[in-house]
Amino acid sequence: MAQYLLSVHGSDTDEMPDDVQEVYAAVDLFNKEVQASGSWVFAGGLNPASTATVVDGTGNGDPVITDGPYLESKEHLGGFWIVDVPDLDAALELARRGSAACRGPVEVRPFQPEPDA
Amino acid sequence: MSESGPADPGHADLDRVFREEQGRVVATLTRRLGDIDLAEEAAQEAYLIALQRWPETGLPPNPGAWLTTTAHNRAIDRIRRESTRDSRQAQAAMISDTSDDPGDPISSVVDDRLRLMFTCCHPSLATSAQVALTLRLLGGLSVAEIAGAFLVDEAAMAKRLTRSKQKIKAARIPYRVPSDAELPGRLRGVLATLFLVFNEGYLPSAPSGLPTENPGTPTEPGNSVPVSPVRVSPLWVSPVRVSPVRVSAEPVRAESVGAAHGAIRTDLCAEAIRLTRVLATLMPDEPEVLGLLALMLLTDARRASRVSGDSLVALADQDRSRWDQDLIAEGHDIVRGCLRRGRPGRYQILAAINAVHTDAASVHATDWRQVVALYDQLLAVDPSPIVALNRAIAIAEVDGPTAALEILDGLPLAGYHAYQATRADLLRRAGSPEAAASAYQRALDLTGNPAERAFLRGRLDELGAGPVRGG
Repeated sequence: MAQYLLSVHGSDTDEMPDDVQEVYAAVDLFNKEVQASGSWVFAGGLNPASTATVVDGTGNGDPVITDGPYLESKEHLGGFWIVDVPDLDAALELARRGSAACRGPVEVRPFQPEPDA
Repeated sequence: MSESGPADPGHADLDRVFREEQGRVVATLTRRLGDIDLAEEAAQEAYLIALQRWPETGLPPNPGAWLTTTAHNRAIDRIRRESTRDSRQAQAAMISDTSDDPGDPISSVVDDRLRLMFTCCHPSLATSAQVALTLRLLGGLSVAEIAGAFLVDEAAMAKRLTRSKQKIKAARIPYRVPSDAELPGRLRGVLATLFLVFNEGYLPSAPSGLPTENPGTPTEPGNSVPVSPVRVSPLWVSPVRVSPVRVSAEPVRAESVGAAHGAIRTDLCAEAIRLTRVLATLMPDEPEVLGLLALMLLTDARRASRVSGDSLVALADQDRSRWDQDLIAEGHDIVRGCLRRGRPGRYQILAAINAVHTDAASVHATDWRQVVALYDQLLAVDPSPIVALNRAIAIAEVDGPTAALEILDGLPLAGYHAYQATRADLLRRAGSPEAAASAYQRALDLTGNPAERAFLRGRLDELGAGPVRGG
């Protein structure tokens, strides 16, 4: 089994669709299906990128704290799933269904394997 | 690689054997070892051992099995050596020790190369990566040859191949034939790649080749008119994802096809056909697979007549008595079967166009109306200007050059040298030598290929020197 990050990127300024409740319902249903299938590791939706704070502790002195997201971008990570599935095809299939549910493209990215136990 | 030196008479034979066996060895080892890189390295090691031994001992009875066994043993040795340091490779060793089970029903049914094909053609890989991986792992082309085909330098191609293999591994692209539900979608990518491999065999790339990333690749000049409507085989028109380059493929690239490269890489053609046959067996109800198979067979049937000395011979000049009638019969049979199914697609239509050509005793006896009708169908599924250009070439045979020129006027291909060369030839035949000269000049300006430039300049000189000569 392998873990994948399924992430959804979007614009924080997009207006909510009129039927936003349907989107929530579809994502909720998808989440329940993933949980039932045993592939579920974790998932979450994020507040807008404007609520983010960047901390840079690489220097010697006090960390540099900056208001806003790390990347200057029109689109930001809005939510994600972490799933545990046998291979990429299984991850892509979950991404297809997740994408349809949340109405946004989903990026699939493999985690590095756990260090050997 | 050439310790035995170019003078060694057996060297070319060994190269041929290695290339023929590459796909089988790598595919089998990938299944056994669960790692493409390991499989490729082990195959390479086995080749080096064979290169030392075979000149003394002669070829073993079954070189492929010898290479596979030798490569497998080497890989196991290496894994065991390294397993103390790296337990992940120890796992691979465990896999390999158990997977050669002759009772494994899957491995006995499915050709390993087919598995490898679906992995190499996985949609999560870029098209260019799919083709490069297939040519490297299944076709056995060297990195340098693939780099040449893509017109990139060797280091860049090596990097790209490495990156692709890393993705297969890290993202766990599965090593299997997709399920029934996934198969149709996945199949399109495999067909496109097989067709490109076949093309690579049939029209080996010297400096030009895979057109995916290189819309400016020169058309083939040679011992006859490169883009003359009469001589152009409609075959290579706009193959999937392949744009302009191979529009006028049947003529040639005589100068660039040296003895070193071989005019036709029959092993790649044979490999593409073999894999397509396996695919057709696996998916007997998929007409596009059959269409692609028929297309390849009807093209391969003309192989013997396509080469004379170091030169390729244009369709119009080929000795049709040398065409392989068995392949043609099989190809025609498949095309008829496809017609009965009534689910046409790109490859089936291209096969049908080739069926018309291989049915004719000569270029002049060709049923060009039928060819035009088939291009009409092809345009419906692939409404690209390149298809329209090739349809116009057939139109010229039916309605004359003026009608074809009218079609050309509406195509957005003015910056494409084959378009200009076609236009020039049509203008010449329509009795407009000055306009023809200007189009030849434009074609000249648009291509950097020396052999093609020489041809175009010759045509231009002929126009300037006096009355237009026919054909």
